[in-house]
Amino acid sequence: MDNNATTRVAPEVTEAMEPFFRELWGNPSSMHYFGGQVARHVEDARAKVAELIGADPSEIIFTSCGTESNNTAIAGAAEIYGRQARIVTSRVEHQAVLGPCRKLGQTGFDVVELGVDSAGQPDLGELRKALQHAPCFVTTMWANNETGVIFPIEEIAGIVKSAGGVLHVDAVQAAGKLPVRVDEVPVDMLSLSGHKIHAPKGIGVLYVRRGTKFRPFMLGGHQEHGRRAGTENVPYIVGLGRACEMAREHLREGPGKLAALRDRLEKGLIAACPSGVLVNGDKGRRLPNTTNMSFRYIEGEAILYHLSDLGIAASSGSACTSGSLEVSHVLRAMGVPAEFAQGSIRFSLSRYTTGEDVDYVIAMMPAIVRRLRALSPFSPPEEQQI
Amino acid sequence: MWDYTDRVMDHFRNPRNVGVVKDPDGVGEVGSLACGDALKLTFKLDKDARISDVKFQTFGCASAIASSSALTEMVKGMTLEEAEKVTNRDIAKFLGGLPEQKMHCSVMGREALEAAIRNYRTGEKSKQILEGKVICNCFGVTEEEIERVVRENSLTTVEQVTNYCKAGGGCGGCVPSIQEVIDRVEVERKSAGAAAAARPMTFLQKIHLIEDTMAREIRPMLQRDGGDIDLVNVEGNKVIVAFRGMCAGCNVAQFTLKEVVEAKLREFVSGDIVVEDVKS
Repeated sequence: MDNNATTRVAPEVTEAMEPFFRELWGNPSSMHYFGGQVARHVEDARAKVAELIGADPSEIIFTSCGTESNNTAIAGAAEIYGRQARIVTSRVEHQAVLGPCRKLGQTGFDVVELGVDSAGQPDLGELRKALQHAPCFVTTMWANNETGVIFPIEEIAGIVKSAGGVLHVDAVQAAGKLPVRVDEVPVDMLSLSGHKIHAPKGIGVLYVRRGTKFRPFMLGGHQEHGRRAGTENVPYIVGLGRACEMAREHLREGPGKLAALRDRLEKGLIAACPSGVLVNGDKGRRLPNTTNMSFRYIEGEAILYHLSDLGIAASSGSACTSGSLEVSHVLRAMGVPAEFAQGSIRFSLSRYTTGEDVDYVIAMMPAIVRRLRALSPFSPPEEQQI
Repeated sequence: MWDYTDRVMDHFRNPRNVGVVKDPDGVGEVGSLACGDALKLTFKLDKDARISDVKFQTFGCASAIASSSALTEMVKGMTLEEAEKVTNRDIAKFLGGLPEQKMHCSVMGREALEAAIRNYRTGEKSKQILEGKVICNCFGVTEEEIERVVRENSLTTVEQVTNYCKAGGGCGGCVPSIQEVIDRVEVERKSAGAAAAARPMTFLQKIHLIEDTMAREIRPMLQRDGGDIDLVNVEGNKVIVAFRGMCAGCNVAQFTLKEVVEAKLREFVSGDIVVEDVKS
């Protein structure tokens, strides 16, 4: 139930990778048959990734993770456009985008963070205003990792392109869950991560549209046509290729099935738990696998530990789990009141989640809520243990 | 996941003394929803003025619940004078330790206990009494509270202070002020340490230390100007010396005596030393 954090490696992916740990361990850059045969598999995988997002294989750069892809895009833009450029992002981005942007802000770059409304949707008026500056580099997400809220990327891309800006999109959560097509949406760069789509951790992709100005982040080798130095992680690249193939398959009917399961979970929990449960984020435009729910008067980490005792994995935007002392920056930007944000739980399903899994959570959660409400000084008196 | 001890998990899964004591003698409430944790502690005293019943209600994470539960177990049967001496470290120790980033949970326990005792003694009902200047606006932490956690837990970095009382964990604007408090306590700690180190010194050790200091810190300086100095006698905190060579009869000898010799001996031996020339 925590598949936005990471997913299980698909058995088919493991199988595809195996020969590259055993027999096919050559270096794809080598000028001999042993390496050359490996290079062909890397190119085969590149084509599969390109196919998933409607790109040309030459536009696909393999990286070590989604975070590296985001850092590459942002650091590259800073280098190309310099301090006269404006960098536009949103307040609800993943830290892998916010971190590098804020670092640039500290070193004198003009960084604008767009606000979001209570549904988690970005303020496009603010975007248009920010784009009055040139040059302008926009980096934003396709879908939010915490709430699953999908940004209107087609509209954003239209606004950015008509203003002459450059657009990078972090599609780490969106890919494999909804159609992410660069042949339909004019984004300039796009980040993907393997471990969110049933490939292993440690492999990512940066798509760079042909003709887009680019500067490499990793230096010291000619790999990836000089765009990303470092010997290719061949087994993981092959695994990612297989995972993308499977994701394309999944996109046919998977999202509808997932949305039905997610809705069953959401409705089931609201019906079974005591009142004071709500859903965070735009219910109309959400990833099919994600729900972010708030349980009033109780705290997220305590809920997670009780769930974990029952074998259920989820995550929370509470202060205690956010790694800082404040509640999730996403929920704060949306203006979710503290009493709800502290008790927020994200359930994120995958194609391996079953109806039984969902029903088990629905069966177990009410007792946890009652138990923690009984402890809480803020609960309604009838739920407190006096 | 946090690396919680079995004891923490036990108190989290099976919290002791949950609820509110009927007709309590003392009520202490600290924290808030916005801060991410809050604790309400109530107790009742028996005829011997010992805590006969104590209960808690906590909104917070696993370690906040465990710390509250542990606190109630610890103070049951204590007099208020004994309970007052319970520190956040005692709570953490009772639980077999808490992750560094979770120490603020134990501090919240101690604060609630103090608030409840204060409520019993003065009738003050206010949830949290902010004494002195608020340093961290994000979490409403005062200078006094920061100083206290720094002192009681021998903290040396801002990060530690954040772990113990949350101050500095929000916008970060108060980090320089927290550093100032740490520096101030550090200076006090050092001088207290020096005084403590001075105390157990025997008279013989003191004379040795005076001689060492003169040989190392004072004599080389005077010898550069063709002078010298000898130790004549030590009477309690009074050190009697004799200037030699160029120093004897030098018209700034009195200055050297106070600003160099006495200053160095005060720095390295004891803060109360008075130096006199053998002639005076």
